[in-house]
Amino acid sequence: MNWQQIWVAYMTIVRKEVTRFTRIWQQTLLPPVITTSLYFVIFGSLIGPRIGSMEGYRYMDFIVPGLILMSVITSAYANVSSSFFGSKFQRSIEELQISPTPNSVILLGYVTGGMARGLLVGLVVTIVAIFFSRLSVHNVFVMLSISMLTALLFAMGGFLNGLFARKFDDVSIVPNFILTPLTYLGGVFYSIQLLPDFWQAVSHLNPILYMINGFRYGFLGISDIPLGISYLIILLFIAALFTINLRLLNKGYGIRS
Amino acid sequence: MTAALRIQNLEKEYDNGVKALKGISLEVQTGDFFALLGKNGAGKSTAIGIISSLVNKTAGKVHIFDYDIDVDFPMARTQLGVVPQEINLSVFETPLQIVVNQAGFYGIDRNKATILAEKYLTQLGLWEKRHDVTRELSGGMKRRLMIARALMHQPKLLILDEPTAGVDIEIRRSMWEFISEINEQGTTIILTTHYLEEAENLCRNVAIIDQGRVVENTSTRELLAKSQREIYVLDLVESVKSLPAFERGKWKLVNPTCIEVDISKEQGINGIFRELNQNQIKVQSMRNKSNRLEQLFLDMTTEEEETSA
Repeated sequence: MNWQQIWVAYMTIVRKEVTRFTRIWQQTLLPPVITTSLYFVIFGSLIGPRIGSMEGYRYMDFIVPGLILMSVITSAYANVSSSFFGSKFQRSIEELQISPTPNSVILLGYVTGGMARGLLVGLVVTIVAIFFSRLSVHNVFVMLSISMLTALLFAMGGFLNGLFARKFDDVSIVPNFILTPLTYLGGVFYSIQLLPDFWQAVSHLNPILYMINGFRYGFLGISDIPLGISYLIILLFIAALFTINLRLLNKGYGIRS
Repeated sequence: MTAALRIQNLEKEYDNGVKALKGISLEVQTGDFFALLGKNGAGKSTAIGIISSLVNKTAGKVHIFDYDIDVDFPMARTQLGVVPQEINLSVFETPLQIVVNQAGFYGIDRNKATILAEKYLTQLGLWEKRHDVTRELSGGMKRRLMIARALMHQPKLLILDEPTAGVDIEIRRSMWEFISEINEQGTTIILTTHYLEEAENLCRNVAIIDQGRVVENTSTRELLAKSQREIYVLDLVESVKSLPAFERGKWKLVNPTCIEVDISKEQGINGIFRELNQNQIKVQSMRNKSNRLEQLFLDMTTEEEETSA
């Protein structure tokens, strides 16, 4: 395949993925918006005023970046894991396997679809957040780049989950038992400065902490982590996941007998 | 002439130790209509899976139009279209989306893909259904959609793994016509089927796989020439209580108005009627019990089982 054909193949996968999640928007776009709105109402409007300020910002304004990024993470991850596993389950993945499309393009196509859903959900949640908070942007480049890289990272994670999944339960185990706890403990609702030294050190082992703090810097200009470290950690994880996914795809793990 | 498909010493051993292929070698010439026959579990689908990159092989080489599937896999895959045995459609998409996307996976842009989609969906009687959700199509329509999908990149070699399974006779015949036309236009076809009259009527060459080995690989004509026996079923005008002692063939009274006779080629049909006339038995109609290829197939695969037992 020449570059033009590869581009057509890539765009076909992306279009297929975007068509899929927009066709079932009630399942893919609406729930995270409703869930995050409830967080805004409960933690921001009802409980938030009693908590007071966090690092000089209203509690509501402090948690908004984390909540937006949380919706980006879960949506990007869920899109790729469920879509790829669905293709395996229906065996429609064979359409791609027998084609000359390179495995790297298959991976990037699915991942771009996941990023698209994650970022679209993030955008809608941001719009909703405007109604509940005084949303300001400190550095638009940081905000956009961290959100895109985070979506990319978790879309890669979702792909890995899709490759390993053998039944529908396998698609929900990682989000329920790993992703959600790590997100909640990654500083969405608090600054790690509030934690004792030991738990601060433990928190630094959580990769989501670096993303949420980087993203919060984009909005508020504050972060518990140096910005460069956030970028470095995110890029390292992306590179590792890309390599693992591509190797497994080349071996045919989970898709070839 | 370049072989459309060349398989050399192909072996497959699954993780559970099952040896599905035990070193098969085959060559299918360009333009051929080739039947790959075998019982369930004989290794046909494994071989097709390896050719189409869905199954990892243990050993051996596969070339599609001289492109090694391990070395020149993009070129090899571009030459190949596959209609699998099991429905593997993305059932929430429409037929139009499925075929246009498939073309996209081969680098064909959407404008050209839409033109090809109209051509093949129309030829296969699916154009009116192009915007329906695939899940709601009948089994026969889904099978035809898989054929349309496999043709979207206009492959030079088309493998059809039991394409007419579960399809009613009318649609099956229209599919035969369509596949024959595709072959006449130059596409090499490899067909696996359980309907042996399908292979006898359509295919010029036949290979029979049994227990992971090729037990026969020849032209359909030569294979049929090996058939030395025929079984005829005779429906009688009047019922008979028992059979007289016939000189030729093996006779069996199925019921009072039906007789089966197993005769060799040398004995011929005339001999049967001579004996029936001598015994004043009148025949209303006559038909083959099974087609010749079916009988040969059973003989060959049974022999193999007995030898290996």
